[in-house]
Amino acid sequence: MAEHIPVDKTFKLFIGGTFPRSESGRTFQIHSADGDLLANAAKASRKDLREAVKAARGAQADWAGRTAYNRGQVLYRVAEVMESRRAEFISVLTDMGQTAHSVRAEVDRSIDRWVWYAGWADKLHHVLGTVNPVAGPYFNFTFPEPTGVVVVAAPDDPPLLGLLSRIAPVIISGNTAVVTTGGPSALAAVTLAEVLATSDVPGGVVNVLTGDKAELLPWALGHMDVNSVDLTGEPNGLDDEAVATAADNVKRIVRSDPVGASPYMIGDFLEMKTVWHPIGR
Amino acid sequence: MMNSTAFLPTTDGGSVRTTPVDAVALEARAAALCTRSIKTTSKRAALHTTIRCIDLTTLEGIDTPGKVASLCQKAIRPDPANPTIPSVAAVCVYPEMVEHAVTSVSGTTVVVASVAGAFPAGMSTPAVRVADIADAVGRGAGEIDIVLNRSAFMSGDLRRAYDEIVAAKEACGTAHLKVILETGELGSYEQVRRASMLAMAAGADFIKTSTGKIPKAATHPMVLNMAEAIRDYADQTGVIVGLKGAGGIRTAKQAWHHLVIVGETLGSDWLTPERFRLGASSLLNDVLMQIQKLDTGHYSGPNYVTVD
Repeated sequence: MAEHIPVDKTFKLFIGGTFPRSESGRTFQIHSADGDLLANAAKASRKDLREAVKAARGAQADWAGRTAYNRGQVLYRVAEVMESRRAEFISVLTDMGQTAHSVRAEVDRSIDRWVWYAGWADKLHHVLGTVNPVAGPYFNFTFPEPTGVVVVAAPDDPPLLGLLSRIAPVIISGNTAVVTTGGPSALAAVTLAEVLATSDVPGGVVNVLTGDKAELLPWALGHMDVNSVDLTGEPNGLDDEAVATAADNVKRIVRSDPVGASPYMIGDFLEMKTVWHPIGR
Repeated sequence: MMNSTAFLPTTDGGSVRTTPVDAVALEARAAALCTRSIKTTSKRAALHTTIRCIDLTTLEGIDTPGKVASLCQKAIRPDPANPTIPSVAAVCVYPEMVEHAVTSVSGTTVVVASVAGAFPAGMSTPAVRVADIADAVGRGAGEIDIVLNRSAFMSGDLRRAYDEIVAAKEACGTAHLKVILETGELGSYEQVRRASMLAMAAGADFIKTSTGKIPKAATHPMVLNMAEAIRDYADQTGVIVGLKGAGGIRTAKQAWHHLVIVGETLGSDWLTPERFRLGASSLLNDVLMQIQKLDTGHYSGPNYVTVD
């Protein structure tokens, strides 16, 4: 039998449940810590961002319309598939130069983190919602609703835990996400995209763009059909003027802890709706 | 079955010849034309031309006078916040909605087009179809969209298909007649070419790709195919016939590719509402969002255009 020729993976974007190359045809090189070429990954353009936002918008109503229980189940399913691909995540992180011990710890924490957020799906309404005492014969409730389409700048470090810690609180409540990742975290992001594509997450709920975050984020900040931008993974790379364009459609700008976990981090991407209901007599 | 070079009669006693279609070359040429890149000022011009050529359409069983009235307002002034955007060419409605549309667009450049002749199948008896056309014209429709009798055409009874278009044209009087070939049902480019020649020979002012009621509709190769038929017909008879693409045209990019195909095949003379139309509903909003992007430098969203 002839010798096997390895079939290397082409690292592509993840938009609307499919894996296209960048419409611009651009790629960028990802090197290992030792300087070896690991991949020519797709370098997303502003038009890829536009298509990803379109896909996220198209998927949002259905995703938010599912029961909280179902969204929790879908996220749990993602954790199951991540578990079965543990070796691949370990290999990707090891290539980027982490020690074997820290890699295993990060993969474990990442999967744990994801499952933890999955559990919040049907609990966050009780913790973040309120029944308000009002002066009048009314029941008065405040309850959380997803804000819509969120563009996430994924943290570069730690590559996997940071990525998952920022995506999970966005999508668990019914938002859809367009995740932009830069060089070091791109391999983890593409590997995660392959998990998402095979684990019951509807196409468009998470879209992954690899490339240059500083190039893509100003377009996200100005985009009138984006509801929120999470700048946690881009703490100081953008000028104030670009961030100010987000005010045109009153986007939420979120800057948070790249590895933290809290129900209030889910709350960063929620709108609070208050309703008054007459009390019958 | 007629062969591809058969002669078809024309209403003035002459005849026209259909030319064979090379399907592979046709699709390759359409694909090549669709790679044309259009930027900045050309893009703005293409977007404005697209709007001026739109037949803004609503053909649903749940259409109401209120919905038609709002559609007409949108046809007259597509972007309420931007008076530099031109009006569309026409609104296209069912006969029952014609009077409401006529009231709404009176005093503007927007024309009321009506589907008629038992749209979309066309399977009523001939007398009923002609009466339907005359009725829509009587209610004030300036343009009539009818369907080709595909039943007659596909069973080889070209004479009957031809005569029915002649009768429809007569019923139209001064109203413009657009003949829908429903290309998705005709099976091949060759059949569409033959149906195009037949409709033009019978007196159609426009030939139109589709009803929009079946999935296979105004593809780029099909529009190229019909544009070539119109060119053939003009070469043979000197008569100018318009082209209308309809069905499945939802994005500005698709629309300007149609403009490229028609412009390259028939010349820029055809890129006017008198000779070219795009039947669409959601297309208009996409075009408006593209124009907003050109104006502001930021991508727009569906919250910033009116609902259909």
